[in-house]
Amino acid sequence: MATFASAEWVQAFHESINASKSYEEAAKNWEGDFYFIVEPEGSQTERICMYLDLWHGKSRKAFIVKSESEMKPEFVISASPKVWRKVIEKKLDPIQGMVTRQLKLKGNMAKIMRAVKAAQELVNCTTTVATEFPE
Amino acid sequence: MWYFANPLIVFGDDALEHLSRIQGKRALIVTDRNVAKLGFAERVGNELAKAGLEYHVFDEVEPDPSVQTIKHGGQVALDYQPDWLIGLGGGSSIDAAKAIWVLYARPDQEPDAINPSEFLNLRQKAHMIAIPTTSGTGAEVTPIIVVTDVEGQRKTGVMSQEVVPDIAILDTSLVLGLPPQITADTGMDALTHAIEGYTSNWRSDFTDGPALIAIKRIFEYLPCAYNNGSDAEARMHMMHAATLASISFGNAMAGLAHSLGHALGGLFHTPHGRAVGLFLPYTMEYLAEAAANLYAEIAHFIGISNGSDLEATQALIDRVRNLAKTLNQPLSVREAGIEQTTYEQALPALVERAENEATTITVARIPESADLEQMFRYAYEGKTVDF
Repeated sequence: MATFASAEWVQAFHESINASKSYEEAAKNWEGDFYFIVEPEGSQTERICMYLDLWHGKSRKAFIVKSESEMKPEFVISASPKVWRKVIEKKLDPIQGMVTRQLKLKGNMAKIMRAVKAAQELVNCTTTVATEFPE
Repeated sequence: MWYFANPLIVFGDDALEHLSRIQGKRALIVTDRNVAKLGFAERVGNELAKAGLEYHVFDEVEPDPSVQTIKHGGQVALDYQPDWLIGLGGGSSIDAAKAIWVLYARPDQEPDAINPSEFLNLRQKAHMIAIPTTSGTGAEVTPIIVVTDVEGQRKTGVMSQEVVPDIAILDTSLVLGLPPQITADTGMDALTHAIEGYTSNWRSDFTDGPALIAIKRIFEYLPCAYNNGSDAEARMHMMHAATLASISFGNAMAGLAHSLGHALGGLFHTPHGRAVGLFLPYTMEYLAEAAANLYAEIAHFIGISNGSDLEATQALIDRVRNLAKTLNQPLSVREAGIEQTTYEQALPALVERAENEATTITVARIPESADLEQMFRYAYEGKTVDF
C-alpha cells in the first residue's frame, strides 16, 4: 500500500495508467502534461507537486518535483488532500470539483471539457492503486 | 457541495421598461444584425436613454460566434468603457455578451480558457443584463458560455458562476414574431433542457421544480406558439418555460441528447434545438430503465400516465415524439436530410465527440462507445432503442 502523493504512489499511478486499455483508448488523442498539487491541510504540512506527462494514451513520465519551477506543464490542478481523496474514491466528479473550485485548475478548461472520458478513465486508474491516505 | 445560481428575472407586461430604472452611465448592447434590423436594439436603447444612459450597439455577432468576433467585441468594450453589458438576442448573442464581458474585465483572458477556478472579478467593470429574443437556449440564466472551435468543428461549454447575468429580462413582445421553424427548434431545445435537467445525476431540490413546470408549459403551449405566433399567452409561457428549463439544467447539467446533438451539430451544422430534440426520445429509450422513476415522475406530474414507471416512461417518450411530429420536426437523422454514406463516414468522429461531452457522464446510464455508435445508427433509421 502506498501513501497518497508519495513517490511510490506516483510510480504506481504511472504504471496503472500504462496498463489501462480503457485509458489508452479514451486518451488516444490527448497531449498535455500536468501538475497535480496537494495543498497542505491537517497532518499534510507540506505542499506536494506531482508531475505527469500524458501523451496519446500513455504516461511518459511521472514523478514528484522538488521545485515547482522544474517543469512548465500545460495544466495545474490543485486541491486539499481531503478533496483528492473524494475524487479518488469517486465521491466527487472531477468536473464538478472544478466547477465548485474544490479542484483549482490553471489551464484551458475547454480542452479538458473535450476530453471528459479521458479524465474519467484517469480517475479510474487511481482506484487500482492501493492507497493509504494520511489522517 | 454544489451551487444554485440565478439572476434577477424581470418578466410580465412591458418588462423592457425595467431598463429605464437602472443606474449607470453607458451600456454596450451586444447583438446580431437581424435583431438590430427588427428594431429591438433601438427599443432597448430608448429605455436606457430614459434612465440617462448612453449606449452603443455592437451587432456583429454571428451564429456560433467566433473567437475573432468575441475579441473584437472585447476591444469595443475596452474602448467604450460601459458599466452595463446587454446581451440581446438568441443564445449566440447572449453568450457572446458574456464572453465580451470577461474580456472587458480581463483582457488577458482567452475565451476558451475561462474556468471556474479563476476569480474573474467581472463586476468591478460592469454588470450584465440578458434579454432573450428566442425561447430558447436559456443562456440568460446559465453560467455557461459556448465557445466555437471552427477548425475542430466543435462547440464546448466553458463555465464560471460569475458569468450568470445579473438581470434577465423576459419581454414577450420580443418573441411574437419568431418564425415557426425557430419556434419549433428552440422550443424542443427548451424541452430537452428541462427533461435532462430533471434526470441529471447532478440534479437537486432546487433544479427539479423549475424543470417540471417548464415541461408542463412546453407540452401545453409550444404547439400553440408554433401554429399561431401572435398568441401572446402561448409566447409568454414558452418564454418562461425556456428560462425555467435552463435554470434547471444550468444548475444540474444537460444529458445524452445534448452529447449526441452537439456532435451532430458540430459536424453537420444541424441547428442545435433541432438536433437535441431529435435525439431526445432515443436517449430516453436508452436511459429508460435506469431513470424510469424520474421519467415517471415527470409523466405523472403532467398527467399522462397512471401506470408503472416503465409504462409512464414510454408514455412520456411517445409524448415527446408526438410533439416533434406536431411541430414538423425530423424524427430521425435521415429525415433531417443527412445523407447516409456521409453520416456513416462521420460515425467515428460523432462517437468520439459525444463520449467526450461532460453531458455524457451525468446520466443514469453512461454509454460505452459501442452504445453511442448504436444510438447514432438507430437515430439515423428511426429505430426504437432496445439495448
